[in-house]
Amino acid sequence: MSAAPATAPSEPGGRRFRVGPSVGLLPFLLYILVFLLIPTITVAVGAFQAEDGGFSTEKIRALWSETALHALQQSLVLSFASAAVGAVLGALLAYLVVTAPPTSVVRRTVTAVCGVLAQFGGVTLAFAWIATLGFGGLLTNLLADVLGVDATGSGWLYQLPGLILVYTYFQIPLMVIVFLPALEGVRPQWREAAVNLGASTRQYWFQVAFPLLRPAFLGSALLLFANAFAAYATAAALVSQGAPITPLLIRAALTSEVVLGQANFGFALALEMVVVVAVVMGLYAWLVRRTSRWLS
Amino acid sequence: MTGTALWRATRWLLLLVFAAFFLLPLVALLDFSTKVPGTGVRSGDAWRALTQDPTMTEAITTSLLLALLTVVGMVLLLVPTMIWVRLRVPAASRMVEFLCLLPLTIPALVIVVGLKNVYAWVNYLVGDSPLTLAFVYVVLVLPYSYRAIDAALSGLDVRTLAEAARSLGAGWGTVITRVVVPNIWTGILSAAFVSVALVLGEYTVSSLLHYDTLPVVIVLLGKSDAPESMAAALASILFVSLLLVALSFLDRRRRTSEGN
Repeated sequence: MSAAPATAPSEPGGRRFRVGPSVGLLPFLLYILVFLLIPTITVAVGAFQAEDGGFSTEKIRALWSETALHALQQSLVLSFASAAVGAVLGALLAYLVVTAPPTSVVRRTVTAVCGVLAQFGGVTLAFAWIATLGFGGLLTNLLADVLGVDATGSGWLYQLPGLILVYTYFQIPLMVIVFLPALEGVRPQWREAAVNLGASTRQYWFQVAFPLLRPAFLGSALLLFANAFAAYATAAALVSQGAPITPLLIRAALTSEVVLGQANFGFALALEMVVVVAVVMGLYAWLVRRTSRWLS
Repeated sequence: MTGTALWRATRWLLLLVFAAFFLLPLVALLDFSTKVPGTGVRSGDAWRALTQDPTMTEAITTSLLLALLTVVGMVLLLVPTMIWVRLRVPAASRMVEFLCLLPLTIPALVIVVGLKNVYAWVNYLVGDSPLTLAFVYVVLVLPYSYRAIDAALSGLDVRTLAEAARSLGAGWGTVITRVVVPNIWTGILSAAFVSVALVLGEYTVSSLLHYDTLPVVIVLLGKSDAPESMAAALASILFVSLLLVALSFLDRRRRTSEGN
């Protein structure tokens, strides 16, 4: 390390923060500055800048235009619906898995599959669902043959309902991954204690387990919400034209120069997105701190 | 005991429903990719095209190279920094953690929007190539890599190891590369695996910066040759599954060896 010579003479100084060794952090800090902080600052500054470079709230005001508000509302509906469904079903699946011993094949398979689907999302999942429920898809053909129903009816897969379905496909696995540790933290002794004090199974669940798991559940649901709100690839692969949700409106702003009569409107939209995600993630961090008091 | 039997049956039934929900789209991908559109005839053409269609092979090569470059960049940037923080600047550990986890709060889409100026410089300095995406990919994989490496480092008394090595005359470079790194090897490897998985599936940045990586080409081909893009999609998800399954075995080995 290049910083080594600078640190040699100050050994007896103990744990105090010194300038010497922190030089070793410079490459990392510079890298983060250039590839993470500068783009973010560019977005924040750009959102308040007029065409000529001066200060202006024009772009921010344009966020309250009908198109932008509609996209935001659709985005929130999509994030909320997919997070709610994903959280409930994911928690259920996590519970089904956690009751099996850690070495069981079922548990290993579920965690492995969930890891892949939650982390490797995007384009692939969109195509998987097009192959399932799109025109000429597997389930489409099956439903047409057996029930005589046209499952593609009015192209719903490429609109909000379809997005919710496809998002759920990666939200459930993510819920399993983030909620499983909390479920594992529920100790059998608590149930024994409750039963010893005369609680029924129902009472144990509603008065002991649910209240204990509530912060973890809500926290995980918030994480799912942020995940859906920030997701882009799945929606972009599924919806090739039009901009029903905020991320796709950002795409429109990036690919065509002027959207809603605003050049560089993407900055304002991106700032809006970062603010929503940051608020949700802040709540998440707060809930996680509360959870870790009990379930660790 | 009928309660237990009922519960067991319900449990298996629910697991089957989940399995059907998760498997169906993947089976549909396989079905779609082995069919000639419009007819019911089976054909392996779409899968053969993965190795023969120049657009596809080029995209696969680009994505694999990007994965490699990202892993190299991530390891070079993160590993020395994290070890250095533990050894010499523990006061900065919260800040480094915060910065590493920041990309979870700042979506990739937002980074792309603000990336134009930075990439103007990148293209000016190192040329205009899809491989320059590796710079921003290193940032995108930071949170996951940080967690993997941090977990490995926590299971280790880095300070004592370093003091022992230093008292035997090792310089800081030797301490990091030949003493600490071999001990956190599994952590680095799992960080690398997760990074590869993320890079192979990354679409947001590459599509908006107009570089032809594998996911971008999959979407492009989806309009002209759907079976081929379905085949590529299934192939990539299977490849990533293999990677992550291998990772889970690695994890288990680490856990059992720590238990001993």
